[in-house]
Amino acid sequence: MTREKAQVLDEQGIDRALTRIAHEILEKTQGAQGLSLVGIRTRGVSLARRIADKIRAIEGEAPPVGVLDITLYRDDLGLLAEQPTVKATEIPFAIKGKTVVLVDDVLFTGRTIRAALDALIDLGRPRMIQLAVLVDRGHRELPIRPDYVGKNLPTSRREAVAVLLKEHDGEERVVIQEPPEE
Amino acid sequence: MGWKRKDLLTMQELDAGEIRTILDTAESMKEIATREIKKVPALRGKTIVNLFYEPSTRTRTSFEIAGKWLSADVVNFSASGSSVSKGESLLDTAKNIEAMSPDVVVVRHSSSGTPQLLAEALRCAVVNAGDGAHEHPTQALLDLLTIREKKAHLEGLHVVIIGDIAHSRVARSNIHGMRKVGMTVTVAGPPTLIPPYVQELGVKVSHRLEDVIADVDVIMMLRLQQERMTAGLIPSLREYSRLWGLTLDKLAAARPDVLIMHPGPVNRGIELAPDVADGPYSVILDQVTNGMAVRMAVLYLLTGGKAQ
Repeated sequence: MTREKAQVLDEQGIDRALTRIAHEILEKTQGAQGLSLVGIRTRGVSLARRIADKIRAIEGEAPPVGVLDITLYRDDLGLLAEQPTVKATEIPFAIKGKTVVLVDDVLFTGRTIRAALDALIDLGRPRMIQLAVLVDRGHRELPIRPDYVGKNLPTSRREAVAVLLKEHDGEERVVIQEPPEE
Repeated sequence: MGWKRKDLLTMQELDAGEIRTILDTAESMKEIATREIKKVPALRGKTIVNLFYEPSTRTRTSFEIAGKWLSADVVNFSASGSSVSKGESLLDTAKNIEAMSPDVVVVRHSSSGTPQLLAEALRCAVVNAGDGAHEHPTQALLDLLTIREKKAHLEGLHVVIIGDIAHSRVARSNIHGMRKVGMTVTVAGPPTLIPPYVQELGVKVSHRLEDVIADVDVIMMLRLQQERMTAGLIPSLREYSRLWGLTLDKLAAARPDVLIMHPGPVNRGIELAPDVADGPYSVILDQVTNGMAVRMAVLYLLTGGKAQ
């Protein structure tokens, strides 16, 4: 059993971080014109929808939100013990010429984002792709840097960061978990 | 649910959970067909060998496109024009192909049990693309996917499979698959084309078309496989067509939301009247589209994700 080491964000903390990200996106992209959000399955999708709601509250109009499944783009299939389940990608709008903000819960090695960039570019040619994450825990293995970060969280490699959201987990917080003592 | 099998040989060996895993994966794969660039890198660097000892355009092409959309390299071997026609045995051919390090061998053969034989001899994954009158699992899976898509569920549905049951691997695979997911199956056809003891597979039997089409959710017509008939099992094509061919007149008795399926190729005017084959109940072309999705799912599940 993994052990919970510390809680780093509570419900209000997550909400504040997302509000700030929504404002930063609008400031950087100069309004919601031509903007779309694409959440990476599973928790990135919920976060993208929440950010879109916050943008609607500020601008009066919500950007479209798409769902990206990167399973078919992973480069580590043969290394996994359990086969990941393929789920559908649903991006019901054209991304060509748009500013797309990719949204995910935790940024770690950067490999998920690399796969997401490949998947997204196969669907069209966006004008610009930016990256928003709730938690950046470091340990990058690829040259990838987020544009919007909810919380920078230095961790050790043996720790895990769990983002728990009401839609999936019934509770709302971000925790650091530790493997059991040997 | 994870996928644990090395091969896909029969529907008989799969359980309901495995069938659901394949159908769910296939449903997700369908999105790729709608893209401008129909390619994902999931099987990049993998090699798939299509080993077809029987003529087939539809199934071979379907596997070929499925493999290519997943970025695998696909090689086609056909019996004519290869060493098989020079007298090489099946196992020797297989060993030679294995020496070329494929990841999947897709095999079709006129003898039942050939895929099983290859699966035992080869280290790579083997997919049965039809063996004799035994099984054709990917056809049954694409049929199930099509029914699930149109009816939103499978459990509790009633299907009648009509025609040449005795020579049909499609019927056999479908009976196993449909029974496992909780469907009721009736088979119907002239007594000479219904195998003895077929009831032991858990199906009902009927010898009158009019008795079976009124109360079913799906009518699956089979092709009359004249090339497999060694003796005269039907008096004449004309009589078969009159008694067992599905026409708009006969269809008037069916439910308004009935699905008409056919594994193809259709003998137009024999099993299906042209206006039925092209009519609003027919899902024959959906079956073809779903065939590629199911084959992508099977190739993906067999090649990906296993611990190395």
